[in-house]
This record gives sequence, structure tokens and C-alpha cells, in this order.
Amino acid sequence: MSAGQDSKLFTRGKVAELRLELNSSGGKKDKNFSSKKIALKKIVANMTMSNNDMVALFPDIVGVMGTQSLEIKKMCFLYLVNYARSKPEIALKALPILINDLEDSNPLMRALALRTLSYVHVKQYVEHTVQPLKALLKDSDPYVRKTAAFCVAKLYDHDRHLVEASDLIDRLNMMLRDENPTVVSSALASLMDIWERSESIKLTIDYANASKIVQILPDCSEWGQTYILEALTSYVPQDTSEAALLADRITPRLSHTNSAVVLTCIRVLLYLMNYIESEKTIASLCTKLSPPLVTLLSKGPEIQYLALRNALLILQRRPEVLRNDIRVFFCKYNDPIYVKATKLELIFMLASEKNIKEVLTELREYATEIDVHFVRKSVRAIGKLAIKIEPAAKLCIASLLELVATKVSYIVQEATVVIKNIFRKYPNQYESIISTLCENLDSLDEPEAKAAMIWVIGQYADRIENSEVLLEDFLDGWADETHDVQLALLTATVKLFIQRPSKGQDLVPKVLKWATEDTDNPDLRDRGYMYWRLLSSNPAAAKGIVMGEKPAITAESEKLDPATLEEMCLVVGTLATVYLKPVHTVFRSARARKLIDSPALQKERLPSWQAAQQAKLLTEQQMASGAPQQYTNGNANGGRNADALEEADALFASMGGQSGNDGFASSPTHGQHGEQSQMYIVNQGQGLGTMRPMTHADNGGGDDGDLLSF
Amino acid sequence: MLSGILLFNQKGELLILRAFRQDMRPRLADVFRIQVISNAQIRSPILTLGSTTFSHIKSDNIYVVGVSKGNVNSALVFEFLYKLVSLGKSYFGRFDEEAVKSNFVMVYELLDEILDFGYPQNTETETLKMYITTEGAVKSEQRALEDSSKITMQATGALSWRRDNIKYRKNEAFVDVIEDVNLLVSATGTVLRADVNGSIEMRAYLTGTPECKFGLNDRLTLGETGADTTLNGNIGGNKASKAAAGSVTLEDVSLHQCVKLSNFTNDRTISFIPPDGSFQLMTYRATENVNLPFKVHAIVNEVGRSKVEFSIAIRANYGSKLFATNVVVKIPTPLNTATTTHRTSQGKAKYEPSENAIVWKIARFTGQSEFVLSAEAELSAMTNQKAWSRPPLSMQFSLLMFTSSGLLVRYLKVFEKSNYSSVKWVRYMTRAGSYEIRF
Repeated sequence: MSAGQDSKLFTRGKVAELRLELNSSGGKKDKNFSSKKIALKKIVANMTMSNNDMVALFPDIVGVMGTQSLEIKKMCFLYLVNYARSKPEIALKALPILINDLEDSNPLMRALALRTLSYVHVKQYVEHTVQPLKALLKDSDPYVRKTAAFCVAKLYDHDRHLVEASDLIDRLNMMLRDENPTVVSSALASLMDIWERSESIKLTIDYANASKIVQILPDCSEWGQTYILEALTSYVPQDTSEAALLADRITPRLSHTNSAVVLTCIRVLLYLMNYIESEKTIASLCTKLSPPLVTLLSKGPEIQYLALRNALLILQRRPEVLRNDIRVFFCKYNDPIYVKATKLELIFMLASEKNIKEVLTELREYATEIDVHFVRKSVRAIGKLAIKIEPAAKLCIASLLELVATKVSYIVQEATVVIKNIFRKYPNQYESIISTLCENLDSLDEPEAKAAMIWVIGQYADRIENSEVLLEDFLDGWADETHDVQLALLTATVKLFIQRPSKGQDLVPKVLKWATEDTDNPDLRDRGYMYWRLLSSNPAAAKGIVMGEKPAITAESEKLDPATLEEMCLVVGTLATVYLKPVHTVFRSARARKLIDSPALQKERLPSWQAAQQAKLLTEQQMASGAPQQYTNGNANGGRNADALEEADALFASMGGQSGNDGFASSPTHGQHGEQSQMYIVNQGQGLGTMRPMTHADNGGGDDGDLLSF
Repeated sequence: MLSGILLFNQKGELLILRAFRQDMRPRLADVFRIQVISNAQIRSPILTLGSTTFSHIKSDNIYVVGVSKGNVNSALVFEFLYKLVSLGKSYFGRFDEEAVKSNFVMVYELLDEILDFGYPQNTETETLKMYITTEGAVKSEQRALEDSSKITMQATGALSWRRDNIKYRKNEAFVDVIEDVNLLVSATGTVLRADVNGSIEMRAYLTGTPECKFGLNDRLTLGETGADTTLNGNIGGNKASKAAAGSVTLEDVSLHQCVKLSNFTNDRTISFIPPDGSFQLMTYRATENVNLPFKVHAIVNEVGRSKVEFSIAIRANYGSKLFATNVVVKIPTPLNTATTTHRTSQGKAKYEPSENAIVWKIARFTGQSEFVLSAEAELSAMTNQKAWSRPPLSMQFSLLMFTSSGLLVRYLKVFEKSNYSSVKWVRYMTRAGSYEIRF
């Protein structure tokens, strides 16, 4: 029977017909059991289509299983693995056949039987596998041995107590001395899998072992190399020269074509660097990391994405890596959006006073692209660069103004939001741009942009000629505005009154009345009453509070906190690095990885140690000066689990939402936003049926590609 | 590692479902269908819900999905999915809905072999084809029984990519050096990005267990070697001095599993025992001294709101004996273009409304020549006038016997114990990767 013609079998079938076909002998001519095979194929197809009637055929399948044909056997095994769980009592009838096959003279057959046997989640199956498995772990054939090695991890998954009570794990450990490299790497992978799921198991690799498994690296398949490299992070160097030597020996892997080998190798190198004393060695290792990372950008988009996310991470831990490579992260026109968004983040991180011109040209280009979310992020990035790189602020603002001149509504709105932040960073500078902003008032229709503009009008009420007219225009729509905009309007009106009492005196009473009487929003009402009280009891104090000087904002909160950063570097290339979140916040049951202390560990160079020192120093200073810890800025909030980038995002968004930010505690709406963006990470512990919020409501819509919004 | 593999067609119908761990439930297929296939907002290849992660790629018209629990090695997952697709292509010619449906039993068989408990196993096509065959069943079974121990050695051995006893009457090796040159030029004419992604593809038809040695340019520098000049590579000012003929600087290379990496690290020799048939020996990247085959000069003027004028000149920078074929220049026009007129000094130009571009095709572009296109686009009136985003002009071409990086194959030596002589062929080709000029 020829292959490649089976698509017609991919149709729903009836149990009775299939049973008849399966059990028909097909006549004397049918030596190859082709009618049975066709029936089986139909059954497999129906199984795929989740046609649950197929389970009724179980006894018939067991009947056919003994047929002397490997092809038939394989299909029966597939069926068995699929349905054994729902009909364990029938599955048991197939057990003797499989046990028998474990002693077949053909090693491929032995391995197939063992592999199948250990997939079946039925108690008797698991129990009956243990004894034969012990023999097969010592099989004369390496193919059987490597299958047996994985089998131990499979049994552990079914019943860990059974495995722990037996000596299987010890026997698996012995296999690390096997002469065949594939067997060794399989045994390691199996051990790592068990380790991942049990706190009671320790995996220690000493230098001699590490050295031995590194030696067999070149003889392993690409996957085997990955398993071995993964295991190497369980080796704790006791001596700094050992760490350096091992690092040197694995660097050739960076030229491998398989990105799993490359990224895992980078992970091990980053890990070993923690134990290397010589700064020169570290520097030379760092220079070796850049080229392979960049090369991954010519792989498929998914790998590119992963490499970029990891570059974001590595850059924070070892800034010397990739330092001069900013151009390679410039977006290609046809990059998928998730790649573009991450490239944008990298460009932002790598931007410096030196390359700012180049970067701005590039970002301006992105800001005229088609994808609205990407455009917004680009505009936002320009604004944030103005805050991050002080000497370049002027250039950035010029770029923003050019973009505003396009009059494209969403560009103007985004630019308005970031320009507000620029004013907060550089108060009383660059005021000439206010007039440009005022020209575009009509195109603002998003609450965030409106609130930003209103904030600007309020803050600079005395310098904007017709500020009361502009404000009045906005006030006309009071009833239809969102609470955020209303809050902004309230504060701006008060600011106008304080700065220019004659112009504001008509507006203030009106707005205070609306805010206190015509609303059911508690924040608005509270703030309304507060202003009212303040203005009526002590106008001078009111001026000091409302128009007082506020600390300038910074863009420093882009970074992961030191402890998270350290942990993330131990899992380079894994899913957690895509989300850039601590592993346990994404995968609750994942086993934590920590840097293990040893005489070689360079503690004082760890980010977490340095941060702790700094914190200590700070408290000491404060103790000395006798002042309690004072002002905590919104973004210095390290206690929250959400990662720093997102925190910055929440901060920026809340700035837009909360117009005045005049030193009051943040309102519940603000807090909610933080919660929401946190929920967005992963819905932990919730059933799969529940949907996560698909749109990032406060941040301008469903940019799902990038979990860290800019 | 992987809990299961799912294959869907475009419509979201399940083609293959294979579980490798208990935590893989059939209903996860529905979750993926609902959350990814029928969700237009999904823009990431990775989706985590609870502790379950779906990693997917697309191959032709099917979704290939890896399902995993916990914090697995994502690079491994995607590399495996890529491998699955390429394996499928080598078995069935294509890996699309039709191919999967026509061979679904074989796909299951392959999956059972290349994944155990979700861990990728031997995925070398050569080895797999020894015992998972599309040929008649009887033969394959018999052969499998006879040669089984040989197969198992092969599948677990250090030379898993090559089987024994390969014989050819005529020993030949073909080497294709293929380069994709990427260019991005700003509106002012400065080169923002110019780099080359190259690959060396080999087709080896060689008897026995041949040891090959491969030599590139005499002066081959790798980005990382010159420790002091390393990092400023592409921006550095030492371009002129390095441009000496015959030298090539590769930023980075990655090599096929068969290449002995330690030899390469020590003395830059590429030595290997090749797989039988065709494979990709190495890929590399170059960012220095990139020879750009075409220089484009574009002048685009928006005349009022009703007209845009284009004047595009393209010059071939390579030797006059060479010629590029299939040159296609795509010149974007505003969305509200009504009609266009154009004149060309060579080739044919046509306005493609569906692509919003004037497409200019030149079948044969001889070296050192220059061709010009001038065109005008009449715009229809629009109520809300949006600024035109001016997407970049892009080019496609292929050019034989030319490498943008300057890479040359100096020698390919084949050592085999029977000492036969072999014939080697080398071919070079440069293609456009993303060759874009802003205006």
C-alpha cells in the first residue's frame, strides 16, 4: 500500500462498520493485512477528531494487537496510549502482549514496547514496568538504554512514591557512566526532569563529572547537547579557575546552528561568570556572547523574538554585551509586530548620547508606519528618551514636534501624553512648544491625551494667553468625560484660579459644584471638597500645596529588580524570559533556581548584593540624619511583583489618568490599573476556561504580542 | 518538556494530536483553537494560560503547536517545531494540510520516534529514513528487523547523520554559497544598515566515510578574534584598511552538527564528515565591507495634493560580465492613487493597485549599467487628508557568481581511506534579503 493517499480516510466513521472491517480477514490474498491497516487508519483518524465512540472498539483493538506487523502494532499502541485511561480494565488485557515484546530480539521492538508501556497511566502498567525496566537499563543496545533512561522519568511522573521506593533513580544515576553519549545525555535529561518536580531530590555535579560530560558534548546530537548544557547549571564551581576552564571549554558551542544549544550555552556562561574572579576573563567571555545573539536574528521570527527578549535581560546583567550593536536591532519593514515591539525596547535601552541622532531618525520612521500600536510605542519611546538622556531632550522634542505636524490624530495624542511627562521632568523649560500643542486641541479625543493636555493648561495657566478659554472649551463637555479627565479638569481649574484669580473666578465655583454635587465618583467628590476647603480657609496655603514644587520624574525604573535579574539569568532561553517575570509568578509549581554559594562565588559583584549594600548605606545615612524614610516615589515601589518595565508603564499610564498628582495618595482607580496590568501576565490558578482580559484597557487596546507594554 | 504536539489546519480543524505526558488533555486543543486561531488579536507566537503554554509556528497553511507545562526551554521547543516541519518536508515534499492528512499515520509514527516523554530524540532525516519509510510495508519491516541493531547504533551514535556503506560510482560534491544582502538606506542617502546573511549549502554524493576540509578566503577574520576592534565592528572607522582584496570579515558563523567545532575554534578549519545528500554546512553574517550590488537614487516629489512624481535611477555596481536576473523594484504609491503614467529605459513597469505600488521588472540587468524610471501618480481627492507614510522602496534580484561579503571558497578537500578522486563544484549567488531604500 502506498503512502500519501490517506486523506480520504480522514472522515467520521461508524463503530459497527469499522469493527467489521477490522476483524475481516481480507481473504487469502491479503497477506499484508491491508484491510486491517485501512480500518486502523480510519480509527486513528477518528481518534484525532475526538470521535469518542471509538473507545467501544477497544476489545477489538486488543485482539488485533498480536498481529505480526509492525505497522499494525504501532497503530494499536497509539490507540492504547490514547484510551487506556478511560477503560483501564480492557487496557489490562494488552499488558501481557507488551510485556512479552519487552523481550523481543529486535531492539527497536523492545524500545517501542517499553516506550508505549510507560505512556499508559494505569496502576498495573506502572507496577509491571518497574522490574523489566531494571534489566532494560542495562540492555546491550544503546537505543534501548536511552529509552529506558527516559522511562524512569515517565514512571516518576505516574507514581513518584513507587519510583522513590525502588532503586531506579540510583540505577539511572549509574547510567551517567555509560559509554554511549546519547545514553548519558538521556539519563541527564531524565534526572533533570525528576529534579524539576521534586524538592526531595538533589542534583549535584562535581568538577570531575562536569568535565566528563563536557567532553562528550561534541558526540551528542543537538538535543543531547542542550540537555547536557542545561544540567551544567547544577554544577557549583568551588574554585574560580575551574569555572573559567569550563567556560572556555563550552564556548565552541556558541557556533552551533541550533539556537537551543546556543542560548543554553549562553545561559551556562552567564552562570559561570558569577564564579569567575578575573575581570579580564569575564570581559573576554562577554565579547563572545554578542555575535551569536545577533546571529539568532537571522533565524525564524519566533527564535528572533526569544533572542531579543533574552538580549533585554542579558543587557541588564552584562551591559558590555551588545553595547555597540544598536543598528542590528533596527526594525525591518516586514518583521512581525512582536519582533518589532521588542526591538523597540532594545533600541530604547541601548540608546545613548552618542547614538541618539541615529536612533531618533529611526524612531521617527517607525512613527509613520501603519500599525497603530507600534506607532504609539515609537512616539512614546521618543518621549521617554527625552527623559532618559538629558542632553538629547532638545532633539527628542524637535522630533516630537515634527510628528505633531503630521496631524495624524493618534500620533498627536500620543505625543501630547509624552510631552506632558517631559514638562514634569524639565519644569519651566521648552515652554515654546505649548503653542504647538494648543493648535491641535481639536484632534484630542482620547481621555489620556485630553487629561495630559488639560494638565499642561493648568500647570502653565499664567503663561498661556487664553488659558481660561481653552479650559472652558473642555469644561463644556464635562458631563460626558471620563473620571480621569474630570479629575484633570478639576485640578486645572483650581490651578488657573490660583495663578490668575480674575480669569478663574467664574469657573472655579461652577466646577467645584459639579465635582461635589453632580457626581457619584468618590475620588472626584473628595478632591472637590478638599480644594473647596483649602481655597476657602487658606488661599495662601492652597497656592503652596497646589502649585508647589514636585520632584522631577525619572526614566530609571525600566530595569528588573536585582534579585529577579539574577534569577532570570539562570533560566536564559526559557519561557519565563519571554515574559521577563520571575519564574514563580508565571509558573507557580516551577522549582526555584538560585545561585548556590561557594568559595568561588563573587558575591560582592552580584546585583542583589550591591543593591542590598546600597539600601543599607541609605538607611544608615537616614539614621544618621535622624529622618525617617521620606518620600517614596511611585516608581521606587520595589515591593510589587510586577516587573519594573511594566511598573514604569503603569506609572506612566497612571500619570495620564491622575491629572494633578499633587501629592495625594493614589486613588482607587489608579490602584486598579496596577492590578489589572498584573493580572495580564498570566492568570494563575484559574481554570483554563476562564479568559484573561484580552485588551489592555487603559493602555490603548489589545497589544497582545508584547506582554510588557511600553 | 513538551506535553503534546498539535497540528491544525487554517480553519482550526485538528489534524494531529499526540500527547506525551498525562497533563496533555484533548480539551487543550479547543483552548488553542479559541484563544489563538479564532482570535484575531493574538500577535505573539507564545501564549501562556495558567501553567500551560502554547508555542506555535505556521507552515504553509497549518499551525504546528507545542504544548508545555512549566518553564520549559523555549528555544528547544521552537527549534523542534522547525525541525518537525523540515522533517515533514523531506518526507512528504511539503508539510501542509494536504500532506499531513495524506500521511497522518506516518506523522504519528514519526512523532512517536522523535519525541519521548516530550524530549526531542534523534531527528536526523537520514537515520529516520532507515526505519520509518514511505515505501512498501513488508520490505521496511524486514529490513528493520535485519538491520535493527545497526539502526540503533546509528540513532544513538556520534555519527547519527550518516549511514554506513554509502556508495557512488561518481563522487561529487556541490557547494552553493548563497547570500541574502540586506540594505536600508535613509531618505538622505546614508546607509543605515547593510549586512549579509549567508549560507553554504552542500550536496555531497561521496562514497564511504569521507573526511572533508573546507577552506574559505585566506584572510578570514571573525568578529570576535580581534579583541580590541571587535565591538565597534560595523561602525568602526577601520573599514578602508580592511577592504583589501581577498579578505573577508564574518561577524559570526554557525555550523552544522557535523562540523568539529573545537577544530574551528582553534585554527578556523572547517572539517567534517558530511551527511549524505544535501544539507546546510554553515550560515554566517557579515556587516563589514558589504558590496552592494545596486545603488538606488530615488527622487519623489509630492506636487500639491493631487500628484506625486517619481524619478528612480538604479545602477549596477558589479562587473560588466555579470548580470542579475529577475530584478523587481517595488515603488510604493499613496493609497489614493487613481492612475499612473510611467516611462522606463529598460524593463516593464506596471501599477499594481492591490499592492499600492508601481512594480518595475527587469529581466536581465547587466553589470555597470544604469536604468531609469520616471513616473507620475495622479491622486484622487480624499475627504480626510492623511499624510502619506512613504513606505520604503524595495528591490528583489538574484545575481550569480557574486558574493556581497566577498566570501570565496578556496578549497574543498575530501579524504577517504579508499582514496578516490572526487569532483567539486562551487556556485555563488547573491539575492536581495530586505533591500530597502527610504525616500
